[in-house]
Amino acid sequence: MTLSKNSTSYPSIADSVLKWLLVAVGGLSIVIMMLITVFIFTESISAFKIIDIERFFFDERWNPTAGEFYMLPMLVGSLLLMAGSIAIAVPLAVLVAVFNNFYAPKVLSVACRRLVEILAGIPSVVYGLWGLVTLVPMIIMIQSPGTSLLAGIIVLAIMIFPTITILIDSAIRSLPKHYIEASVAIGLKRWSTIISVVLPALRKSIFAGSILGAARAIGETMAVLMVCGNVVQLPDSVFEPMRALTSNIALEMAYAMELHRSSLFVSALLLLCIVFVMMFGKEMILRDKNHV
Amino acid sequence: MSEQAVRLERGSHYDLDNLATFIAWSGFIVVVLIFVWILGEILVNGISVISWEFLTESPGNAGRSGGILPILVSTGVIVFICLAFALPMGVATAVYLNEYTLKDSRFAKFINISIDVLAAIPSIIYGLFGFVFFNNVLGFGFSLLSGGLTLACMVLPFVIRASIDGLKAVPDAYRESSTALAMSKSASLFYVIIPSAMPGIIAGFLLGIGRALAETAALLFTSGYVDRMPSGVMDSGRALSIHVYDLAMNVSGGDANAYGSAFVLIVVLLVVNSMAIYIGNKIQRRQLR
Repeated sequence: MTLSKNSTSYPSIADSVLKWLLVAVGGLSIVIMMLITVFIFTESISAFKIIDIERFFFDERWNPTAGEFYMLPMLVGSLLLMAGSIAIAVPLAVLVAVFNNFYAPKVLSVACRRLVEILAGIPSVVYGLWGLVTLVPMIIMIQSPGTSLLAGIIVLAIMIFPTITILIDSAIRSLPKHYIEASVAIGLKRWSTIISVVLPALRKSIFAGSILGAARAIGETMAVLMVCGNVVQLPDSVFEPMRALTSNIALEMAYAMELHRSSLFVSALLLLCIVFVMMFGKEMILRDKNHV
Repeated sequence: MSEQAVRLERGSHYDLDNLATFIAWSGFIVVVLIFVWILGEILVNGISVISWEFLTESPGNAGRSGGILPILVSTGVIVFICLAFALPMGVATAVYLNEYTLKDSRFAKFINISIDVLAAIPSIIYGLFGFVFFNNVLGFGFSLLSGGLTLACMVLPFVIRASIDGLKAVPDAYRESSTALAMSKSASLFYVIIPSAMPGIIAGFLLGIGRALAETAALLFTSGYVDRMPSGVMDSGRALSIHVYDLAMNVSGGDANAYGSAFVLIVVLLVVNSMAIYIGNKIQRRQLR
């Protein structure tokens, strides 16, 4: 490959024009990334110039038009949604991936993979619609008002588990064959093989899948906006309504002016920081080469 | 596909093993239940709304009655604009990364990092960015153009990755032969390498369409809410996903048409996504060979 690249004997003008054109277009993704971060940062900084950072955590309430910027409940809400949905989605994803590879008859494993792939492609607004019309009334039967942290966690868990499943499934399939052969050779049964050989070998993939799912959960807007009730408060129980950072932007951006608008960019900045920290952590842990 | 060489023996005399089998099967049953419950509900409730009139009329009474024709048109225009920018940019970036640079060149590394970052940014932040940059700084206002461009930024990393997969599946012998025939680099790209990478590029194209169709949050402040027929790309228009959201959340009594619109959205997405998956699997098989 190395040899065939850059090895044309007679570079024509067309070739060098094409090359520089490609360099320019290739640089565009860098430009877009820069533009996004610069816009979010500059707009947030204009908020930080006027509002002290601690006021986002200790103000009385969230009422930006009246100069109150209590953003903590939304940050906590987003983190709760993320933690809850991951706690449900990751075990389910591991289970389904293990089923596909070790328990399912061939026909069923193919069918199951198809179902998971289809679920992964359903748009979030459809999950939101389903949550609003079906799930929320069911939660009302347990406790009002139905639109709640719990509804958000369930819808998010259903949304993110297909992606995690696909990732873990392909990690199991790329496990070296001799792991399993050796385990069978020393007489381990199926379950013991999975518990003591397969899952330990997969722990990095499971971790990577969890991070991927967590990043999607915290960035998700529509489904959360539709089923969580959007009341700005620290929820006392899972049945209480709450508002996520993403929903906050979606709900208020349309009419926000000046300082209110800048404070919404602070929401965006918080989101960006959380996602970047997660990505960075994933890179750090996966840097070790001995993983599957 | 599942080439588990060794079928593990079932240890039926261990209770624990039987319990484990039961648990593993219950995972499968949960998947089937979720699938049937969600898709079944949307499809059953949606199909009763679908009619020729629903697809060819304008919405009336805030969407409670009438059809979705202008919304389909707006969606089509947004997706077209999105792919018209994202596809050439994505393919060009992929060609540059895979055919022109070495993996450890600093510029290539930087591009790769930015692709990862772009893929990880939540869609609502793209919406915010599009609102500031395309609507205000470039002055497009609420328009199909700024919606499409915002989505183009969002799907770009996915188009790039799929195209790179396609290019990687092209055997090096092709590159070597075209060099041996003294073809210029550009000729070999356009006549040999890109045509052989077509499956990956088409998969990227379909993946992009799927992403663009499914997106809602990034369009809230870029293409807008207006549900009449758009008069041009600078006019505001409502995408199908936003129509579903608006009917479900803001219009009481809009549930029936929300289901109908969700039905249309899902059917289109199923077709697009399964084509992308089919082609993607084909490429993988070719690489294994």
